[in-house]
Amino acid sequence: MNADDVRPAAVTARGWGWRHAGRSRPAISGLDLDISPGERVLLLGPSGAGKSTLLHALAGVLGEGGGADADADDADETGSLLIDGAPPRDRRGRAGLVQQDPETQVVLSRVGDDVAFGAENLAVPPAEIWARVGEALDDVGLGSLPLGHPTSALSGGQKQRLALAGILAMRPGLLLLDEPTANLDPAGVLEVRDAVGRCLDRTGATLVVVEHRVSVWKDLVDRIVVLQPGSAGESAVLLDGPPDRVLAEAREMLIAAGVWVPGHVPATRARSAGGTGQGPEPGLEAGRLLLAAESLAVSRDRPRRGGLRTRFRAVPPVPVQEGIAAQVRAGRALTITGPNGAGKSTFALTLAGLLAPVAGTVSATTDLSAGAGIDPYAWKAQQLIPRIGTVFQEPEHQFVTGRVLDELTFGPRQLGRGADRVDELLERLRLRDLVDANPYTLSGGEKRRLSVATVLAAHPQVLVLDEPTFGQDANTWAELASFLSELLDAGTAVVSVTHDAEFSDVLGGDELKLQGAAA
Amino acid sequence: MREALTLEGNRALLARANPLAKFSGVVLVTVALALSIDWVSASVALVFEVLLFPLAGLTPALLWRRGWPLILAAALGGWSTAILAPDRGRILVDVGLWSISEGSLQLGLGFLLRGLAIALPAVLLMSCTDPTDLADALAQQARLPHRFVLGTLAAMRLVGLMAEEWQTIGMARRARGVGSHGSPAQRARAMLGQSFGLLVQAVRRASRLAVTMEARGFGGARRTWARQARFTGLDVWVVLGGVVIAGSAVAAAVAAGTWNMVFLGQQ
Repeated sequence: MNADDVRPAAVTARGWGWRHAGRSRPAISGLDLDISPGERVLLLGPSGAGKSTLLHALAGVLGEGGGADADADDADETGSLLIDGAPPRDRRGRAGLVQQDPETQVVLSRVGDDVAFGAENLAVPPAEIWARVGEALDDVGLGSLPLGHPTSALSGGQKQRLALAGILAMRPGLLLLDEPTANLDPAGVLEVRDAVGRCLDRTGATLVVVEHRVSVWKDLVDRIVVLQPGSAGESAVLLDGPPDRVLAEAREMLIAAGVWVPGHVPATRARSAGGTGQGPEPGLEAGRLLLAAESLAVSRDRPRRGGLRTRFRAVPPVPVQEGIAAQVRAGRALTITGPNGAGKSTFALTLAGLLAPVAGTVSATTDLSAGAGIDPYAWKAQQLIPRIGTVFQEPEHQFVTGRVLDELTFGPRQLGRGADRVDELLERLRLRDLVDANPYTLSGGEKRRLSVATVLAAHPQVLVLDEPTFGQDANTWAELASFLSELLDAGTAVVSVTHDAEFSDVLGGDELKLQGAAA
Repeated sequence: MREALTLEGNRALLARANPLAKFSGVVLVTVALALSIDWVSASVALVFEVLLFPLAGLTPALLWRRGWPLILAAALGGWSTAILAPDRGRILVDVGLWSISEGSLQLGLGFLLRGLAIALPAVLLMSCTDPTDLADALAQQARLPHRFVLGTLAAMRLVGLMAEEWQTIGMARRARGVGSHGSPAQRARAMLGQSFGLLVQAVRRASRLAVTMEARGFGGARRTWARQARFTGLDVWVVLGGVVIAGSAVAAAVAAGTWNMVFLGQQ
């Protein structure tokens, strides 16, 4: 009966455009679009087409919350964008937005309070809020959690569903989802998608979702709108229609734009030596053992100083995974898979000499250590980078300068050699035009390519990557996979933590499957 | 670090009391103890406080884990007072420059006990008060602006995340060849770089969180509260408890003749 409270919203855009403060070109311009109440729209288009800008505008948060738009006076809006005939800002609570980063979707530290937050802000009477909270949690499949459950204990997929519940409790007529599953593993993606589907079926709300992975949302939406990067006088909408028709008509164009079109795996370079490593070895060096882990237990926590009872000796942390054995060989790929919380990243970071083992050993063979000692964790940073390079999940964590070119020359400068490789990397990873840009201002795909290039500039023999394909468009994905396959053939060992089966198929090699949490 | 923001299932009696009532109780005790340096008032208050531990769900081990810096500071303060205060009465120990007399020992002991008696209620308060409940009470009952209170509460959740972020950035920088070894100057530089990285991430996270809150209608003039902060009968007892502890401490000291007003003359 409460579904009756939800009145689906209509969206109307007429010649709408937005230029962010401090930018010379508009993020989106000339948008004409009508979305009728209850429609479900998937928004596609190359990066830079203004998809996120449109969602933020509909959510009424453009120019808010600091960042590039802190100075909203300098931003510029043209045309009109209306929800139910009024500007989104005047329609507080009519639209609810879920964004990409699960960590910043959570506001409060208890599940029930977090869901109640939006409804409180809309001045809903308290008694009704709790009814809505229970209902919203049931809708997203989190109904079994106690209201006092700590939000920090939720997985990424659960956090995104919690965010959805927080939106639902506001009873919005328009759901806006901005790549809600880009940071999730496959199970999390389905959890969120199914929760959205259930909620829409029940409430009949209008949906606008932005996502590269069409196959996830294709069956849930009844319309696809393809946007194109704005140029004056041209329409922002390139294509608009039912999913099957748009996908058939625009297939080639969408593939070229890096959209993940169902049934299409982007072409990648094949391993010349055969992915399994059983083919002819490309060089003398391939197959040599470089790094081995034995009965390894891993944790991100450091040993804790004990109390009286342990006579003040250090107490080792509880490992998230133990008894791991693995071998890293030159020219061979090693893929680490397993469910969330199994300690995959922690293991990879320990293998890479960045975390100290809780128990067991990580040892470098003399081929890798070349006089630096057996334990990678004990190496100095300058000894580490030409031996083991690590690409983190979030590229921004690794940026240390304010300019793309400086990022690339940073490693070689630390080492005092290898600057000659920078030019090749710029070319190979298509960063040539960006040399003077600030790394933080790049697009997601560009940041990923840069972070790989910066680590490779030190010419490591072992490359460790943590979820390198998360949230990447199909073009970046294919480039990355091809590039790594080339590196493997050249004798580099590649260790990757990934949920992406297609990606590990391209690289071949061995798979190390970690089981659920040791506890 | 992140768990510190909830009470981890603390179901103790005092965890259910209103944060403002608990705070008033603590203020009462603290003010009474701050007035005099003497061991009688401090010990009386201490005895009461130790008796209250179970009501706050605190065990000695937990207390040590959360309050050891305060406890150490109190001990250190007591010790230095004992050796540095002007001697009065019989000299007990004399090692050249340092001497401990009956008078200075008494003063030092008073200092130690008083330090503990003032520090423990704060630890007690923190371990049985959920930050969310505190925010509710501050905004609804103390009438602080809700934008400020809720903004601070949401930001506090990010502080825990930032501790993890610091570790990740440290590792990520090592993977770029930035060492944290070397001369003090090099270490300081590395630390500065890492701090900058953290600052950038903190700002980005904060602005995304602000968008999240804004998108959930935060910032309007009027809002309701799903959790109503209210005073109950329990809170009367909590405040009364504060009055009793403060009162008996003062009365015992006066009766024992050790009451020793610190600020006498300034008041």
